[in-house]
Amino acid sequence: MALASVLQSESVDFSNYGRQRRGFASGLTETELGLESVGGDSLSFALRTSCSNGDGPDRKIEFLHGTTTLAFKFQHGVIVAVDSRATAGSYIASQTVKKVIEINPYLLGTMAGGAADCSFWERLLARQCRVYELRNKERISVAAASKLLANMVYQYKGMGLSMGTMVCGWDKTGPGLYYVDSEGNRVCGDLFAVGSGSMYAYGIVDSGLKQKDLTVEEACDLGRRAIYQATYRDAYSGGQVNLYHVHSEGWTRVSQSDVLMLHQQYQAEKA
Amino acid sequence: IMFTTQVYGDNGKMKEYHYTGPVEHRFSPYSFNGGTVLAVAGEDFAIVASDTRLSEGYSIHSRDSPKCYKLTNTTVIGCSGFHGDCLTLTKIIDARLKMYKHSNNKSMTSGAIAAMLSTILYGRRFFPYYVYNIIGGLDEEGKGAVYSFDPVGSYQRDTYKAGGSASAMLQPLLDNQIGYKNMEGVQHLPLNQEKAVQLVKDVFISAAERDVYTGDALRICIVTKEGIKEETVPLRKD
Repeated sequence: MALASVLQSESVDFSNYGRQRRGFASGLTETELGLESVGGDSLSFALRTSCSNGDGPDRKIEFLHGTTTLAFKFQHGVIVAVDSRATAGSYIASQTVKKVIEINPYLLGTMAGGAADCSFWERLLARQCRVYELRNKERISVAAASKLLANMVYQYKGMGLSMGTMVCGWDKTGPGLYYVDSEGNRVCGDLFAVGSGSMYAYGIVDSGLKQKDLTVEEACDLGRRAIYQATYRDAYSGGQVNLYHVHSEGWTRVSQSDVLMLHQQYQAEKA
Repeated sequence: IMFTTQVYGDNGKMKEYHYTGPVEHRFSPYSFNGGTVLAVAGEDFAIVASDTRLSEGYSIHSRDSPKCYKLTNTTVIGCSGFHGDCLTLTKIIDARLKMYKHSNNKSMTSGAIAAMLSTILYGRRFFPYYVYNIIGGLDEEGKGAVYSFDPVGSYQRDTYKAGGSASAMLQPLLDNQIGYKNMEGVQHLPLNQEKAVQLVKDVFISAAERDVYTGDALRICIVTKEGIKEETVPLRKD
């Protein structure tokens, strides 16, 4: 399996795990692993990540469940906007998380779900993209990169990975935007918003994209506003709005704005 | 395993403190040993501090079990959570540091150790190390660096971070005193070493007041380009 091959020395061979699990009914939810009978495997502990242990840990794995990330295509490329809050239950673990992962100078990935899952697999994707470049002497397309990621995580389907990411870039067919998640979905589209605040973000972006041609400035403002509104209404999103623009030369980090500052700015504009 | 729940008696008042019905027992490979860790990065120094209490359930196993481990001359790691995994993890990190030194003829930098730890932790994604790690040290430019992790390897560089059982109590205080959050019209003074050490001591004294798993003593490791200095300060023993 991909994980075992990267981490040569220490990890257990999970290939038996995968084969056994295919036969089970897929009635397992995301957070529950529930590996009851794993036969002669040395790892025979039933691991329950749901917090049912008596004196055990409350929440071992910090999942970035609360988040708002969005990306949309427009005339001049792709705008990617994200918040920066990470929560562990109701505790805000961090307000300064980098939810946009720079895969390479012309590909970006966003992070929603498990922070470690997203950053690990996207870092692995960066390595695969580089290998592709070396082998084929040309840049990898967004479709191919997103397919590599989707196939990597599909092998772990049902094992509890939590990852909802958007792969954004510019290749020879123009701007590219794909949504990939740990369930095995891979969808091409013009607009995606992922996370607990996604509904609020969709509202803003859908109404803003009604006018056909946006300038870069207008598109950035739209992305920023959408994330701001989502942080306003969603308790699990907040911190700062990080904005990136992907164009033919690659990606540019446009801005990082604190949500409190944006709030004051928009209030002043209203007056 | 004592499962404590409220039980209501016939007269409506709360009854006994212990649940006495049937309980399913199963072996858990984890246990929670408590402890709090804190790291602060300054302009040319880094501080990693931890309490020294090792507990389990209602008992204290040891009053002298610090949670800071020296990795290199410029890096210290603080590990809290399940003590068994803390020990194994630090052994693995030490081994990997040695391997790197032998292959590359130089010590690992703080940033490199952080990246390596992330992959070590993710390697056990499906049976995690139950450890909350915080690395404190100097980066290649000599500036203070703090890296905080979650149990499965997600990490980021911070200026300050608290981890472990009293983290939710310490982090807001640090946000205010070091990050100047939620303060208007206050001058943002850069943090100097003496102020930082005093702040760390005060913050742990507060944590020991309100968190049962934190107390006994405080071990502070100060990392500067001169090396690593250790200081021990007593805390509440109750």
